[in-house]
Amino acid sequence: MTTAQPLIQARGLVKRFGDFTAVDGIDVEVRSGEAFGFLGPNGAGKSSTMRMVGCISPPTAGELRILGMDPVRDGPAIRARLGVCPQLDNLDPELTVRENLTTYARYFGIPRRVARARAAELLDFVQLTERADSRVDPLSGGMKRRLTIARALVNEPEIVLLDEPTTGLDPQARHLVWERLFRLKQQGVTLVLTTHYMDEAEQLCDRLVVMDGGRIVAEGSPRALIQRHSTREVVELRFAAESQEPFAGKLDGLGERVEVLPDRILLYVHDGDAAVAEVGALGLTPANVLVRRSSLEDVFLHLTGRTLVD
Amino acid sequence: MVDGGRGGGGLVSVTQQARERARPALPRVPAAAVFAYHLVGYRRTWRAGVFSSFLLPTLTVLGFGLGVGAYIDQGVGGVRYFDWIVGGLLASTALQVAIAESTWPVFSNFRWIKTYFAQSAAPLRVPDVLGGHLAFVLFRVLTSSVAFLLVVVLFGAVRSPWALTLPLVVVLLGLAVAAPTFAYAAVVDSDSWLAMLFRFAVIPMTLFAGVFFPVESLPVALRWLAYVTPLWHAVDLCRAATLGIAAQWSVAGHLLYLGAWALGGWLLARRAFRRRLVL
Repeated sequence: MTTAQPLIQARGLVKRFGDFTAVDGIDVEVRSGEAFGFLGPNGAGKSSTMRMVGCISPPTAGELRILGMDPVRDGPAIRARLGVCPQLDNLDPELTVRENLTTYARYFGIPRRVARARAAELLDFVQLTERADSRVDPLSGGMKRRLTIARALVNEPEIVLLDEPTTGLDPQARHLVWERLFRLKQQGVTLVLTTHYMDEAEQLCDRLVVMDGGRIVAEGSPRALIQRHSTREVVELRFAAESQEPFAGKLDGLGERVEVLPDRILLYVHDGDAAVAEVGALGLTPANVLVRRSSLEDVFLHLTGRTLVD
Repeated sequence: MVDGGRGGGGLVSVTQQARERARPALPRVPAAAVFAYHLVGYRRTWRAGVFSSFLLPTLTVLGFGLGVGAYIDQGVGGVRYFDWIVGGLLASTALQVAIAESTWPVFSNFRWIKTYFAQSAAPLRVPDVLGGHLAFVLFRVLTSSVAFLLVVVLFGAVRSPWALTLPLVVVLLGLAVAAPTFAYAAVVDSDSWLAMLFRFAVIPMTLFAGVFFPVESLPVALRWLAYVTPLWHAVDLCRAATLGIAAQWSVAGHLLYLGAWALGGWLLARRAFRRRLVL
């Protein structure tokens, strides 16, 4: 484990379904102990990539090695060392919380006694001990998600795959999930996750790739991506008028980039306050001014566009 | 319990040593772990199940055997109608259980609760997921059939020690109809197709495959349809065993025919499962 060999290594990885190319030749390396994110709009190929890494979907072309093994030939041996938290919970609603963990543990050949002990430990970890003997059906969405995460940990995996781990959760539940995932990372577990949420990616990921149309369009740490693809600060101006368009023309040349949205204008600049002063000097009086730091969301929208993808 | 809160949550020991220690040798028979999972779910409902598996055959036997039988003075081929019908009813009970357990439960494991997908993410292969569930269906067929047999033994309708071979026959019939039904439930895209299966396959089969009256009473064309169904072959075997008489057809032929359904069904189901689970 001290070798620098990446846990997951993909070269020219392709997944096609008939004529449709879901993943179009991506190169990815995930190193031991890091949290790695796949970002991208719907249909970008994130989930297809995750399924290939989860060894349940054979690649159409390219090379994929996981834990040094070939996912097509050594599927079960690799899956024995992975934890998978799917996009949609697939717990058994009729079983109890505890039974969901102990029955799953048996698929890994974990002896019954060990499975019971580990289930208790994991329920404590995801704060579900009090619900151990209740059925899964009436649990809240956040509880189910935590149980799914606990189930993914039942074999003490080296890599945990999380497909949109907090989609649909309320803010409290999201923060609890983040905190638990952060703890796992501290313990040296490698996390691979997909997400729509930029704050989630900024919170959790050491490195990430942005995917669009099956390709990787950017790669790096959240901070490096912001530096490379956006400015330090963003000024949001809102003018009290039907259309923001007429004002935009006057702002040309201010900052690195001006983006006009239906309800506001974004100025991508190095120094927000200086830019606001320049706007004032131009004699413009926006109804609303907000200066903020550039976020991963700015990068994401810049790279993948604002058009709705369905 | 309230979501959130920072207390609790002991550390999970995922240190390298713990991992090495915990690295399990994978289950020796992975399908057995899948079978065990289905049993855990069944443990919740088996009491109600036991009640109905005794009650239903009792009512059926009373209704058809004694009720209808009272109007059939000459019996069938010299055998009291009540005694004649139990073999057929046993086979049709096995068929009902086998199909009921492999329609909605299989469909649900793909569509609703998605159990098969959860299992596929673990170190199981498609035949483990399929085989473990099929084994559970056969377990249900076997226990229901044994319950039925106990009831009819109490009524004195079992005349031969050959009845001891019946568990094997019903399990073979169960596999012969459950395996293709697994394939069917895996490929249909709406559960109304499952109701169609009952309407257009199970009910006609039960009515015309020699359970309630000899197939010879049917016109020749329909008779051949009855011979094609796996049920008729099991009915003939079950009847021969409960009455201690010779089967109408070769016993080896019956077994091979049912075996062919089982094997064909298994291959179809494995292909259908693979298509759904390995994308």
